[in-house]
Amino acid sequence: MGLLTFSRGGVHPPENKISAGKKIEPAGLPEQVVIPVTQHLGAPSKVLVNKGDEVMTGQLIAEAEGFVSTNIHSSVTGKVLKVDKFPDASGYKKMAVQIQVEEDQWEAGIDTSDDLLTNIDGTAEEIRNKILGGGIVGLGGATFPSHVKLMTPKGKKAEYLLINGVECEPYLTADHALMMEKSARLVVGIRILMKGLGVEKAIIGIENNKPDAIEVMTNATASEDGIQVQGLKVKYPQGGEKQLVQALLNREVPSGGLPIDVGVVVFNVGTAYASYLAVQKNRPLIERVVTVTGKSVANPSNFLTRIGTPASFLIEKAGGLPDDTAKVINGGPMMGKAVAKIDIPIVKGSSGILLLRENEALRNPVQPCIRCTKCVGVCPMGLEPYLLMTQAEKGMWEPLERDHVMDCIECGSCSYTCPSSRPLLDYIRLGKAEVGKIMRSRKAV
Amino acid sequence: MNKLIVSPSPHAHTAESVPKLMYGVMISLLPAFAVSVWFFGIGMLIVTTVSVVSCVLFEYLIQKHILKVPPTHLDGSAVLTGLLLAFCLPANIPFWMVMIGALAAIGIGKMTFGGLGNNIFNPALVGRVFLFISFPVAMTSYPVPGQWLRYTDATTGATPLGIFKEGLGEQTAGELMQQVPGYTDLFIGNMGGSAGEIATVALLIGLLYMLYRKIITWHIPVTILGTVALFTGILWLVNPEQNADPLFHLLTGGLMLGAIYMATDYVTSPMTRKGMVIYGVLIGILTVIIRVFGAYPEGVQFAILIMNAFVPLLNKYFKPKRFGKEVQHG
Repeated sequence: MGLLTFSRGGVHPPENKISAGKKIEPAGLPEQVVIPVTQHLGAPSKVLVNKGDEVMTGQLIAEAEGFVSTNIHSSVTGKVLKVDKFPDASGYKKMAVQIQVEEDQWEAGIDTSDDLLTNIDGTAEEIRNKILGGGIVGLGGATFPSHVKLMTPKGKKAEYLLINGVECEPYLTADHALMMEKSARLVVGIRILMKGLGVEKAIIGIENNKPDAIEVMTNATASEDGIQVQGLKVKYPQGGEKQLVQALLNREVPSGGLPIDVGVVVFNVGTAYASYLAVQKNRPLIERVVTVTGKSVANPSNFLTRIGTPASFLIEKAGGLPDDTAKVINGGPMMGKAVAKIDIPIVKGSSGILLLRENEALRNPVQPCIRCTKCVGVCPMGLEPYLLMTQAEKGMWEPLERDHVMDCIECGSCSYTCPSSRPLLDYIRLGKAEVGKIMRSRKAV
Repeated sequence: MNKLIVSPSPHAHTAESVPKLMYGVMISLLPAFAVSVWFFGIGMLIVTTVSVVSCVLFEYLIQKHILKVPPTHLDGSAVLTGLLLAFCLPANIPFWMVMIGALAAIGIGKMTFGGLGNNIFNPALVGRVFLFISFPVAMTSYPVPGQWLRYTDATTGATPLGIFKEGLGEQTAGELMQQVPGYTDLFIGNMGGSAGEIATVALLIGLLYMLYRKIITWHIPVTILGTVALFTGILWLVNPEQNADPLFHLLTGGLMLGAIYMATDYVTSPMTRKGMVIYGVLIGILTVIIRVFGAYPEGVQFAILIMNAFVPLLNKYFKPKRFGKEVQHG
């Protein structure tokens, strides 16, 4: 089978998958965890516990409020120290539950064994309820509540389930490790999502810098009807939802639309695995695989990490914070967020902790635009980043909207590729924020 | 622990930079430079040296003393302008004219618009046209190739395009073709012409290198050359008595240099692929119109400068194909 890829733009940054091939290793329990109640896109969950409460591992501590929201569970056994605002990866203080960790005791009804359960009971609705119950969100980074994606809006029809095993961000290997080690469970997870959606066809997209994962997943799905593995040419941002849909099915999600508009729903491999645990094992999303990596890191690793664990705990496990660390990124180098402190909690959307050295962390001095057109050439959305930047710089919000600034997926390919090191995406983000405000106020009138 | 650096994503950056791109273009010019030195000897060396040094010096002086901004004369772009200016001058032109050309290129062509990235017209071509209009005799008497040690005292002769333009009307195209160098000579560059424009094959090698290094895309050079071939091909088929064949047009004059190095100048060419194609086609058409129907034997320089002026319009009306514009339902 030939390799596919998306047609417009894209870049190929150095892959730096240092932690590839490292087995998933339990990170262990920290002394304290801080579990934010907004780890997902949508409304904050409603806190159900108070200071002093004893909670068990897997116990519901905050419940979904509204449709686009989800449940949050305690990732440890212990005593609630505080329900208060704590800084998260963004640096802003957000409501969270702090728990003093004691000996691990899982709540009754959760199957903690490693037995593979392949029989999928229950209707699509029951599956959706279990996925909401288990607090499953998109683990690729967007953290959109998964049960919402399983509800196909009226007038639309889901035809394909796409499973995102692309992991196009340099350095990160969490999804890769998961595919290598949990392939059988992943396939059951995919079946569950297919049933929840009511689709007959699923395609797993994997970039061919992970030939071992392509092989393992191909073998795991060999006897499965309707599930296909498709190798993809390495190109960033192939893990972007719209790019993946186009690469695999040659369908273009319309501007401002969702994959369901072209009959597709996309889930990350991590989400499929979490769905397996939630539906088959009644085990909520309280841990995930997190890559801890960087060129100076002593032991780059893929840690199975309880939600709420401080990033600093993982960094210690990986050999400690290297002296030359100048930047710590929550996520990968292309779309991850630089954090100001290393004690930020790991949340459902944390795919990696990347430590950059000073020479990698600093930006080059900004030079004048020489109109080389490289940013236009690499934009996967067919936009003109150089123009959007200038318009944003000058506060030209109307032209920005007309030139479709809101289509930008913030992949950073333009800033990456600019030979003049211009902060294209910084200004485009500013433009998006302002245009977004204008569009919302127009809607409100 | 030191304070951590916090900045928005992306946190990775390509190894490419403006100086690296400029040096990449210069490397691609080396084969053509070698061929030009082979045919024009010391004249090519003198003109190139004077042009490069003058461009860098004028950029420095203007930025330092007139504009009072931090000088950027070493970012590679002034060196490149100097090289390209030298390439489109006759190798026997007096050095002080080269300096005037450099002043026009950097001063008028580049700095008056605000320096790198802001100029509308290709600076090297501005320099060339300034000299062309100021010193028409010096700019149209080209040394005969092979006089290694002679500079301003070199024997001059006509270019193939000049021979053709002069002779038409009295003689047929077939007769005129007997008087110009053969195709092999035209390919390797053994003909009269501006110092760097003659080396057809070497310029094509430079194009391949720039494409390989992804410094430029194929759109502009290929559409210019394709359009010239197509347009002159039609004219030749319609009236072979009065028109040269397309291969002759491709191999002579400043077409290769213009299509590969002048029209592809980042700053003065369009920003989208569609714009580049339109730009290339129109440069090709204008070039042929000037060559065949105009007063001058060669038209590339004017065609490119005219189209430079249309680039903002092309940028406005030819947008990239946007993702997801067409709503499809599966």
